[in-house]
Amino acid sequence: MQLTNRSKVVTKPEMTFVERLYLPAIVSGLAITIKHLFKKKATLRYPEVTREFAPVYRGMHVLKRDEAGRENCTACGLCAVSCPAEAITMDAAERQKGEEHLYREEKYAAKYEINMLRCIYCGLCEEACPKDAIYLTDRLVPSEFTRGEFVYGKDILVEKIDDRVDISKRKKSYTI
Amino acid sequence: MSVVLFKAILIVIIFLISLTVAAYSTYAERKIAAFLQDRIGPDRAGPFGLLQPVADGVKMFLKEEIIPTVSDKLLFIAGPSIFMLTALMTSAVIPWGKPLEIGGKLYALQVADINIGILYVLGVVSLGVYGIMIGGWASNNKYALLGAIRASSQMISYELAMGMSVISILLMTDGSLSLNAIVDSQKGMNWNVFYQPVAFIVFLVCAFAETNRTPFDLPESESELIGGFNTEYSSMKLGLYLFGEYINMFISSAIIACLFFGGYNFPGIDYLGTILPGNIVSIISVGVLFGKIFFFIFFFMWVRWTIPRFRYDQLMRLGWQVLMPIAIINVLVTGAILTFFGN
Repeated sequence: MQLTNRSKVVTKPEMTFVERLYLPAIVSGLAITIKHLFKKKATLRYPEVTREFAPVYRGMHVLKRDEAGRENCTACGLCAVSCPAEAITMDAAERQKGEEHLYREEKYAAKYEINMLRCIYCGLCEEACPKDAIYLTDRLVPSEFTRGEFVYGKDILVEKIDDRVDISKRKKSYTI
Repeated sequence: MSVVLFKAILIVIIFLISLTVAAYSTYAERKIAAFLQDRIGPDRAGPFGLLQPVADGVKMFLKEEIIPTVSDKLLFIAGPSIFMLTALMTSAVIPWGKPLEIGGKLYALQVADINIGILYVLGVVSLGVYGIMIGGWASNNKYALLGAIRASSQMISYELAMGMSVISILLMTDGSLSLNAIVDSQKGMNWNVFYQPVAFIVFLVCAFAETNRTPFDLPESESELIGGFNTEYSSMKLGLYLFGEYINMFISSAIIACLFFGGYNFPGIDYLGTILPGNIVSIISVGVLFGKIFFFIFFFMWVRWTIPRFRYDQLMRLGWQVLMPIAIINVLVTGAILTFFGN
């Protein structure tokens, strides 16, 4: 019974003598493989060459400083709350007199840790942050030998004053 | 220089060249495989990864040596040894180039010009299967045993067709089995491949089967037999098996070049002999032979990434029902033509 008019009659014709010799097919196969010898290689030699990332790529985090070099983070904890992987922990501390050049707000993060093995790089911390403090960048998280080394503290996450991390790709209005 | 000393030096040189070519065949295999798949391949050890064989060798030596407790220890060690020994032995009868002239005496670039040269090669090659069989049996492992059984039946099947295709060559060189005479008879561009294309194809297919290369690598099919006969082997004993395979490939390329592509002969070899000193022509002829050998090693690897592995019944049918009859008919036709039309 024919249900649709799309059915096709499949035939399996007897192979001709030349086809049964297989040699012409093998020769054409060899021609195909030899062509690939001269094709452009798809490989990038990684440590020397890095591939270009899309503007929306979400890699290693950065804790931003403002124009004066003060840390933006005020340890509100919204990033930790929004994190679906529960990768972020922090301890808040009050800014003392004389520390105004270090921290922008009156409260700051004394300890800020992201477990890079837990992190799923969803970017929700970045969306939750009201202070433009945390951003995901196009940098890759390097490999380590132990799990403990993947718990990044402020020493890795906060950008250096003399070595700012460019996040203009993530946020067009952000300058530094 | 005495002939014995010259031969001793020649043996050492051929031994070293075989090992070097085999070592760099592993590198070439990986590099060509990568290039044919649009990759780059090993390029970390040294410039272009040229030190990769050294790194692989060191790795093989440093690996833990495991001999299964249920295995037959003596045979387990004998397997790879025999395989390697037979692989190296075949190089003795290959004429590597025109004779060198040192101190007014001619020295043939061939370890032994025995009058049964090609028979010796076929004999030693068929001994090589004992290395695989003994190794596979001594491992006391079903995959190893299956691989060994496949290897032995495959070798036996393809040796016959191989021998038959060689016979048609022998008919053309007045029945001389000496490889030297066979090479000499193909002077210039008078190569056997133009007279015996069918024998060449049969021999080539059989050479693939004898060296366990794809598409006939059933003894060590990694997807179904976990490596086949060398499943239980580790460290340098595995290294000997892998190495022996590459030496086999090198030697069979040399045999193909000698039997069908004129060996060290190249067009214009006589003309070069009149304008250049004899020794330089000899060295050029060695280079020409190695060029042919390297082309066939490349061809072995090229085919590996083109044709998928045969099924076992297809392998047997090809060997017995296709190659054997073709080889026999080829011998008959060659004989008839030689009888009725002369040379």
